[in-house]
Amino acid sequence: MRYLPHSEADRAAMLATIGVGSIDDLFSDIPANLRVHGLDLPHAAGELSVERTLGRLAAKNVPASTVPFFVGAGAYKHHVPATVDHLIQRSEFLTSYTPYQPEITQGTLQYLFEFQTQVAHLTGMEVANASMYDGSTATAEAVLMAHRVTRRKKAVLSGGLHPHYRAVVETTSAMASDLVEALPADPDAAEDILARIDAETSCVVVQSPSFYGHLIDLAPIAARAHEVGALLIAVVTEVVSLGLVESPGAQGADIVVGEGQSIGNALSFGGPYVGLFAARAKHVRQMPGRLCGETVDAEGRRGFVLTLSTREQHIRRDKATSNICTNSGLCALAFTIHMTLLGEAGLTRLARINHANAVKLAESLGELPGVTLLNDSFFNEFTLRLPDDAASVVEALAAKGILGGVPVSRLEPGNAALANLLLVASTEMNTDEDRAAFVAALKEVLA
Amino acid sequence: MTMNTQGRPTDAGSAGTSSTDTFTGNRGLQIEEALLFEVGRHDVTGVDLDEPVAFAPRLGKLARTSAIDLPGLSEPEAMRHYVRLSQKNYAIDSGLYPLGSCTMKHNPRLNEKVARLGGFGDIHPLQPLSTVSGAVELMAELGRWLIEMTGMTSVALSPKAGAHGELCGMMAIKAAIAARGEARDIVLVPESAHGTNPATAALIGFKVVTVPARPDGTVDPAAVKALLSPQVAAIMLTNPNTCGLFERDVVEIAAAIHAAGAYFYCDGANFNAIVGKAKVGELGVDAMHINLHKTFSTPHGGGGPGAGPVVFSERLAAFAPLPFVRIDADGPVLVEDEAALKSGEQPFGRMVAFHGQMGMFVRAVSYMLSHGADGLQQASEDAVLNANYVRAGLRDVMSQPSGDRTCMHEVLFDDHFLDGTGVTTLDFAKAMIDEGYHPMTMYFPLVVHGAMLIEPTESESKASLDLFIATLRHLVMRAKAGDVERFREAPRFAPRRRLDETRAARAPKLKWERPQPLSEAAE
Repeated sequence: MRYLPHSEADRAAMLATIGVGSIDDLFSDIPANLRVHGLDLPHAAGELSVERTLGRLAAKNVPASTVPFFVGAGAYKHHVPATVDHLIQRSEFLTSYTPYQPEITQGTLQYLFEFQTQVAHLTGMEVANASMYDGSTATAEAVLMAHRVTRRKKAVLSGGLHPHYRAVVETTSAMASDLVEALPADPDAAEDILARIDAETSCVVVQSPSFYGHLIDLAPIAARAHEVGALLIAVVTEVVSLGLVESPGAQGADIVVGEGQSIGNALSFGGPYVGLFAARAKHVRQMPGRLCGETVDAEGRRGFVLTLSTREQHIRRDKATSNICTNSGLCALAFTIHMTLLGEAGLTRLARINHANAVKLAESLGELPGVTLLNDSFFNEFTLRLPDDAASVVEALAAKGILGGVPVSRLEPGNAALANLLLVASTEMNTDEDRAAFVAALKEVLA
Repeated sequence: MTMNTQGRPTDAGSAGTSSTDTFTGNRGLQIEEALLFEVGRHDVTGVDLDEPVAFAPRLGKLARTSAIDLPGLSEPEAMRHYVRLSQKNYAIDSGLYPLGSCTMKHNPRLNEKVARLGGFGDIHPLQPLSTVSGAVELMAELGRWLIEMTGMTSVALSPKAGAHGELCGMMAIKAAIAARGEARDIVLVPESAHGTNPATAALIGFKVVTVPARPDGTVDPAAVKALLSPQVAAIMLTNPNTCGLFERDVVEIAAAIHAAGAYFYCDGANFNAIVGKAKVGELGVDAMHINLHKTFSTPHGGGGPGAGPVVFSERLAAFAPLPFVRIDADGPVLVEDEAALKSGEQPFGRMVAFHGQMGMFVRAVSYMLSHGADGLQQASEDAVLNANYVRAGLRDVMSQPSGDRTCMHEVLFDDHFLDGTGVTTLDFAKAMIDEGYHPMTMYFPLVVHGAMLIEPTESESKASLDLFIATLRHLVMRAKAGDVERFREAPRFAPRRRLDETRAARAPKLKWERPQPLSEAAE
């Protein structure tokens, strides 16, 4: 077996040194009647064989890069520079672990410090942590943090929040016996969330751009929340939007959580991704997750360490702010490398290209007979009302070789009012030809 | 003298004059690297993009009005920045990484390659299911292997890491208890447990009651029985435990837990010791997470991403969260929402957006196919062999908390052997850094004084272990010979000496701040 260094002679010599007769003697604490003798699984396979097997499975799927592709709804197809994937596969990054020994993990610690700074700047916040699993779990953690800060237990969720994020918050809250008031799905950005905020409210959770693509003015919501002592949690699932849209911090958010996949990370069927988590400095001791901080070494040289760990499970156990341990280090590295390559000039231009492509596409699709664009404002994703069931339309488009968005019913099943709604995203990946093909195909499908 | 932003001299003749000082602060191949924010510029980019033709924006009144403050680097500058950072890291690929409970084994590059196939890495979680049937098949295949290896009934693939898997398992237990119309609120956790166990239980409202350990760190069934009551929901037990021992009374403990109407959660962090040797389903376990980044070698990545699928016994199988893969007559089906449930399926909710860590699933399946049933069993045997070989090589010079006895895949020492030397566990670990090793897990488990938990994994050759053992024996000898300075000063040869953690926590500096101009700073 190519991954196991020992020869049989090595094993025999080692058993002799240990002073046992056979390997089974080392497993004697497992009761004899419970010892397994063989698994009903295939025999070992060489590299070529494994590559063939998995290649066959992969070939059954349609990669985003191979077709006109307009699917978003919380995960976005962007171009990742070759440098990013090369660097994250360097052994010293890929095969290192949590920087428990800071003297020999300054590489990881410094990029985490840089990542935290980039996330804080992007979101307009004072502090950011070293990453969460993804945007949805970061949102659930933000709600728990708000409960700790406000000592209240009720979260109000906007109807523009991604339905999976809503479900994750609802699941966690139900288990923790916290209250959730989730507003109905809001495809028209018409909800009156201000009226739902009261003195019991711990936090208001608002996504912008919303699940349906609308840009939401957070300032009045923040103002109302603060009047009653509640926190505003802003959710961003398309982080590229922050290149062009006012930051949640500037609009008064107290906690900003987001999905960082768009920068540096592959679609990978939904994971691994990287959760962003930023907050006001005054709440830092209630934050979940790892924090990297600056300090000096015994010679006075600048260095970095994991810090404020008295919040964390390995110290505080059942009094910790979260149970999170391993998070999303390598995805955070991919994010920070891609963001460094972009810089302010590159990110803002990338955002303009995304917005321009979406505007062009929305205008073309919105002119099709029977199709209505629901958005006044949007970034790179918008919602269309179709004359037919959107799920059937998407299947018909797929049959024509076009992945033409996400039917809202995929995430909100059983709601007839949403059955004809289609979410369409457009990024820098889409060419004029892609757009023309999509418009022509949708026209045919709806005819 | 002009100082650059790192406090290093920039004018000739301004460096220190001791024999180890250099003008640059570099030491040969150890090259200092400034922060991105000190070397980047706002108008530099390493990504060439064409400005879009003029268009009418649709941002309403929410267009950004202020700069972001994100410096950029050209591609060669970025490459050098991150390569230099990488060179300050220890890694499995550079040496033995005996971090107990973390299973730092070799990460095969085949797994990286297949995870990047377009059909896995470049598919969207919400594209039509008709265009991702191979992905669902791969998830089903992973589930099949995990279920066979553990002897359990069903699997939830979506949890994103070990602690998230614990949360999934405990949520299923809470849901199962609620479905019985009961309200049990106590979870038993042995004092040797990982901190994630009590943190997880507390997160969803359970009260944690600590089970005392026997002197050898194992759990005494009598101690568990003494704590059982109709209020007890579950026990969270790690097996093999954090002292590196198989809980030999696990079956008796499971029976007592079940008789009391409670559930048995097993922390699967140490699964690498028993793959192909014991099935947790046959030990009475009701739920167990499996760290794909430990046992199945998906890269640790500097702290994730991991993946923590949870296997369930028949008692809990119905409560697995959405989404899950159901094996129907005509193949595997991804069940994403309540509308698609069949009778008897009672998912407790949803833990993540989308379907889980697909990139990790592909890598784990690649690892499993490569090893096969025979290779998986051999890997566990070699992992246990290596830990015992380290034990045998050190037992006469280091101290074990419960005497010299066979361990599983990790061996635990305490600091008794350092008594009177003036050297602490921390000092000892830092001296290992100077010898070119990543230290073992220190001060965990908490039940052992000055704990040193060594997990060599099956990836180490006999020659590698021999040198490691000889190195530790040498360090023990130096400590006993009174060479205290060597330890207190360590590490001397790493990119940094010991870092001031107290200072970092007292006035946290968690992001880069633009230095104030000297004139303002002086005011």
